[in-house]
Amino acid sequence: MQETESSSDVLQEITSSDYKYGFTTDIETEVIPKGLNEDVIRLISAKKGEPDWLLQFRLDAYRWWLKQPVPTWGHVKVAPIDYDKISFYAAPKKKEGPKSMDEVDPEIVKTFDKLGIPLHEREMLAGVQQEGTTGMAVDAIVDSESQTTTYKDKLAELGIIFCSFGEAVKAYPDLVKKYLGKVVPPRDNYYAALNSAVFSDGSFVYIPKGVHCPMELASYFRINASGTGQFERTLIVADDDAYVSYLEGCTAPMRDENQLHAAVVEIYVHDHAEVKYSTVQNWYPGDKDGKGGVYNLVTKRALCAGDFSKISWTQVETGSAITWKYPSCVLKGNNSSGEFYSVAVTNNYQEADTGTKMIHLGKNSKSRIISKGISAGHSQNSYRGLVKVAPGADGVRNYTQCDSLLLSNTSGAHTFPVMDIQNPTAVVEHEATTSKINEDQLFYCNQRGIGPEEAVGLIVGGYAKEVVAKLPMEFAVEAQKLLSLSIENSVG
Amino acid sequence: MSLLEIHNLHASIGGKEILRGIDLTINPGEIHAVMGPNGAGKSTLSAILTGNPAYTVTEGSILYKGKDLLAMPPEQRSWEGIFLSFQYPVEIPGVSMVNFMRTAVNEHRKYNNQPALSATEFLRLMREKRSVVQLDNKLANRSVNEGFSGGEKKRNEIFQMAMLEPTLSILDETDSGLDVDALRIVSDGVNRLKSAERASIVITHYQKLLEYIEPQFVHIVYKGRIVENGGPELANRIFAEGFDWVKEKAE
Repeated sequence: MQETESSSDVLQEITSSDYKYGFTTDIETEVIPKGLNEDVIRLISAKKGEPDWLLQFRLDAYRWWLKQPVPTWGHVKVAPIDYDKISFYAAPKKKEGPKSMDEVDPEIVKTFDKLGIPLHEREMLAGVQQEGTTGMAVDAIVDSESQTTTYKDKLAELGIIFCSFGEAVKAYPDLVKKYLGKVVPPRDNYYAALNSAVFSDGSFVYIPKGVHCPMELASYFRINASGTGQFERTLIVADDDAYVSYLEGCTAPMRDENQLHAAVVEIYVHDHAEVKYSTVQNWYPGDKDGKGGVYNLVTKRALCAGDFSKISWTQVETGSAITWKYPSCVLKGNNSSGEFYSVAVTNNYQEADTGTKMIHLGKNSKSRIISKGISAGHSQNSYRGLVKVAPGADGVRNYTQCDSLLLSNTSGAHTFPVMDIQNPTAVVEHEATTSKINEDQLFYCNQRGIGPEEAVGLIVGGYAKEVVAKLPMEFAVEAQKLLSLSIENSVG
Repeated sequence: MSLLEIHNLHASIGGKEILRGIDLTINPGEIHAVMGPNGAGKSTLSAILTGNPAYTVTEGSILYKGKDLLAMPPEQRSWEGIFLSFQYPVEIPGVSMVNFMRTAVNEHRKYNNQPALSATEFLRLMREKRSVVQLDNKLANRSVNEGFSGGEKKRNEIFQMAMLEPTLSILDETDSGLDVDALRIVSDGVNRLKSAERASIVITHYQKLLEYIEPQFVHIVYKGRIVENGGPELANRIFAEGFDWVKEKAE
């Protein structure tokens, strides 16, 4: 029918967006030769001055990885990755380790300014004075190397460790050794093994017993050099009764080729401790024809080891050509709780296969899953989830809500929920809906003077609100903007 | 100059012709009632005037303030002062009335080269207009029309009308489903907007609303055409005798 065609034209037009963060920064970069073998791993380890146990950790992961088949179970089409064409270590060249903000390459500072990242301590300090709030500590990572971690001194007074992974290996080897690979073992899966073999940097967080981290900790990841992969490693440990809220943001320049991002995030939560982990993922999604874009193949897992421990994942995913990740919760402690709030937007030819796993091992452990998929263009958007209740886990509760919103006739929404319940006392609920964006809603907005672009932005924002509201304030605003940007063609 | 001039308007939905040659002229300051049996094309007329993409104009023209209305997208018609109080207002989950209305008001201001209202200015305006239709503050903070009763939805339409201060307002059966008190509140809201520059089209089945709003012109639509034109006495005849005589005369 003529009229439906015209309205879907409008939608198509609005949903063909451009990528705002696709600039590259002209910084001198040191890149090691392409390809992967044991010598490359030794080279990475040597460059970072690592102890032998860590080199062995890497080599062990690499040897296991070599023998593994490439996983194919995701509802995504990953083109075969030629690991000989990727450089596994790229770092902006710099003088011997920046000790303060003044020593950081001004070009990098400019890049983070463009991205809107509050890197300058003084700006944030000004924020503290004005608002009486606590500000945000930022660890910024370009390509493989951590550039600067702000607010470190203030955190150190409380005994909080927040530094680059490389620094942690040098300064706190015992802590790193105690926790590394305990939540995501090197042999966990194909991409986790690859990361364990070649990871270059990342963030390390340790919150001591009884400490409530007074500010948000944030990492910003940016892939800048071409033909490189980014394999960062994040390790967060919350000791007994500790609390921390951690934010992660990601961008990359526009490149014709696919860039590989295979990160591992491990979170270890002790008794009565709580960790909130929020992600706004905006890697370059590829162009309108599906050319280029980041392959985001990530393993994220939290272990609620202690009783009454709590983990909450919140993610807003708008970027990447391919997203393949399942931030998971292993609820081992009795009365522990896991939450997963997700909005995944796919447009053009993006593919996302994302969801979570809730593994209930502890008694009376609780979990909650809220997943909102939004598909536009020719994209494919899948929710994949596992709720598992072990035989000994009495009194478990789970609630899962899984909604899909379709913005085009050519996009797909899929759900693959799995429940493995081995204890009869468990109460597990699952709700799912799929809907198309409603022409009546659009017209209602138009009639009030809200044009098609703004209207779709409003409606989608409303749909995602429940999840976005879980983000810390600064991030929620950014996420709202990203959501509208990724479905509109209003590019700044 | 007339505010609205409709000439020989033909329109269809899904290939089915609904309007078969409507002619109607509306001047500033006038209130027109449009009546007619179900399926006559009354709501189609309001859909065409507001640019609902589900309908197709097959013939005819509409001049609004001397401009070609049919060439304007729906949002521009709104900016130019056309407002429709929907017969069935839709719900928009997760979008608060405050956010929705602020976006709408500021889009209007942008079109008129006015600066956006600050949060404080906007909330003051909203409070003032809310009282016109006695809309509860709780409703204003809820998602658009979500969980509103039928009457609340209609009052919310008039609230939005008060916020946007349209030049031409179209009320599509705003009175249906309202109790007497709500009807008075809605009519008050409409009457407050009356001025020498503005005009209204009131689509209704009921006498009560026309007692409150008092149209100068009454038109009867039947089978996609205006078959009778008159003053308030025409409405009174319809309320007394129904539409049968109109149908017989038209056939």
